[in-house]
Amino acid sequence: MDFTFSDDQLTFREAISRFLMTEAAPEMLREIWDTDAGRSPDLRNKIASQGLTALSVPEAEGGLGMDDVAWALMTQELGYYAIPDSLADTAYVAAGLLASLPVDHPARARLLPRIAEGSVRLAIGHPINPLVSDAQLAEVLILCDGDAIHAIPRAEVDVEANPSIDASRRLGRVSWRASAATLLIDGEQGHALQARLLDRGALSVAGQLLGLAQRMLDLSVDYVAQRKQFGKPIGSFQAVKHHLADVARQIEQAKPVLYRAAHGLARGDASAGRWVSQARLACCEASWLAARKGIQVHGAMGYTWEVDLQMFMKRAWSLDAAWGDRGFHKSRVGDYLFAAGARLGPGHTFED
Amino acid sequence: MELTYTPEQIAFRAEVRAWLKHNLPAEPLASYDTREGFEQHRAWEAKLFDSRLSMVMWPAELGGRGCGLIEWLIFEEEYYGAGAPMRVNQNGQLLLGPTLMEFGTEQQKKHFLPRMAASTDMWAQGWSEPNAGSDMAAITSKALLDGDHYVLNGQKTWSTRAIYADWLFGLFRSEPGSTRHHGLSFLMVPLNAPGVSIRPIKALNGKDAFAEVFFDDVRVPVANRIGAQGEGWHVAMATAGFERGLLLRSPARFQYTARKLVELYLAHQASADRDPGLRDAVQDCWMTAEAYALSAYHTVGRLSQGAQIGAESSINKIIWSELDLKMHETAMRLLGARGELLASAPAAGDAGGWLEGFLFAQSGPIYAGTNEIQRNIIAERMLGLPK
Repeated sequence: MDFTFSDDQLTFREAISRFLMTEAAPEMLREIWDTDAGRSPDLRNKIASQGLTALSVPEAEGGLGMDDVAWALMTQELGYYAIPDSLADTAYVAAGLLASLPVDHPARARLLPRIAEGSVRLAIGHPINPLVSDAQLAEVLILCDGDAIHAIPRAEVDVEANPSIDASRRLGRVSWRASAATLLIDGEQGHALQARLLDRGALSVAGQLLGLAQRMLDLSVDYVAQRKQFGKPIGSFQAVKHHLADVARQIEQAKPVLYRAAHGLARGDASAGRWVSQARLACCEASWLAARKGIQVHGAMGYTWEVDLQMFMKRAWSLDAAWGDRGFHKSRVGDYLFAAGARLGPGHTFED
Repeated sequence: MELTYTPEQIAFRAEVRAWLKHNLPAEPLASYDTREGFEQHRAWEAKLFDSRLSMVMWPAELGGRGCGLIEWLIFEEEYYGAGAPMRVNQNGQLLLGPTLMEFGTEQQKKHFLPRMAASTDMWAQGWSEPNAGSDMAAITSKALLDGDHYVLNGQKTWSTRAIYADWLFGLFRSEPGSTRHHGLSFLMVPLNAPGVSIRPIKALNGKDAFAEVFFDDVRVPVANRIGAQGEGWHVAMATAGFERGLLLRSPARFQYTARKLVELYLAHQASADRDPGLRDAVQDCWMTAEAYALSAYHTVGRLSQGAQIGAESSINKIIWSELDLKMHETAMRLLGARGELLASAPAAGDAGGWLEGFLFAQSGPIYAGTNEIQRNIIAERMLGLPK
């Protein structure tokens, strides 16, 4: 029983965090918001050069061969810096799907090495999401049709843009036609891989939400330590302290829930889907509260465009229902919890 | 990260499970807030001790097994999962015990710890005073040095089960004229010493669950002091840290209550579902209990890497106390009109056990440092906000 991260995992996280701190400052995010594409090829190339896009591509296909547990840390960093990019969709969720295809599947050799080097953007359409993030910009779209999963070039689909309150989210409604030429996998295998696709998408969002919550908490702590009223920092008042203590509690409570889910996904546990949903609900709770308390302790400043809090709040609100809304995830947990023969109570915490 | 148990851990779990199966009392013990129940619990503790299961983490020479924290979590899971009795001597075993191990002399350890593990000595706490509650540094009870003894005068209060206990540990002002956290000493006081008088305080459940303890020229040997003269605050803070930290409220008992709550909901689903919030509340409780368990395992992992438990002790305390309250509130809502019935009421059915827990859960956010104080600690020590 070892519920810790390896030195490699922690060192990598630290490196990515330091890198993003300088390369993805809030001023830069605002600039990228105002561009048509909403993406910075330069930023993405730099991130790829740090090895992040290669993280979970198998070593045989040019990657680092790390797993969901490493992504549980990295997605928090992507959230913390509110990266204006759907990077995890390609590098984590799509790479996870492709790496699960049979070893001789041609799509592996076609796409995985390019994901690792950071030269391809994939967008993923899954029935759980009505719209596809970054559909407009992707080179290849991964799309589901019944039990089948297809990979289809951008040129063969129509995309209708749907603006979001988070200017970094570029959502599109995709019209397309499935064909034998685009088929990746179908039947039972397709069905199973769609389920795992959803779990990785949901876990990716959970990690990002947790990172966003931490950033909103940090911004709020900075603000209340500086802002003075009645002759002292408002952060010295208990009403303000207790708001932020509650946020810290939700964040700390969510972390190990996220990590168990990541470990379960990496190991292919049958319980992984339920654990992912528990992680999602815990992380949604933390980020939702961090946004609400964050804007409250910022006072009117929190309601402005000028103060950075808005970027992280909007991302948190937007991601709350991505890859399954709370109703979906609650139902997945409830279906287990209230079923006959569920193994509940002490001693079953890690039971598959 | 590897979330599986070793074969040795699996074998240990099986051993504890089998032992409990053979040794659990057939009938539930009487409440440990009564004299009769207190002595029943003492006998049960002695039985645990005889199989070296009362303090599994303590070294063999103190009556334990020298287990690690994971084995301790496993023990707790099996113990509470089997519905075994509450641990009556936790104030001693979980609060004073670790303090003695860290600050006690060899002689103190050798004398007190095995007797504590066996519950030959039962311990009560002596922290709060009528005017020193959340503000513990306002303590005024005195311990004046007189040769090789301290002479104690003053009053302690909210001392859990003190009318039944054998010993009390707590803080006394040993330096005349000192203020706040200076000049305090940490003493162990036999409750049968001349000059000690104990007046029970009836709790919400009508039982003598706690007490006021009065000291009138009580003579206590200097050898009963833990740590240096005047350094009691430092020693006590370590004790408070253990209390709020990992040990006092291991997750297993809350996971057990959460399981019971799910079963209660399923048994009354038809009536429960008329209130659409109830199912969600049950599920939320269960998920929080799991999150708390995961957090304990995560903390154990981090401790093994050399981390210290800091302000997260305060987070733990808020989590378990609010969870316990919410679980029992939800149970009361599920039980509806039967919720008010005492266990002895003929119509109580499965309601009775929840009421006692509901009453006790009210105290969770208050004892061991109120949750308001815990939130201050999180804000100041973890987030760095100004005082």
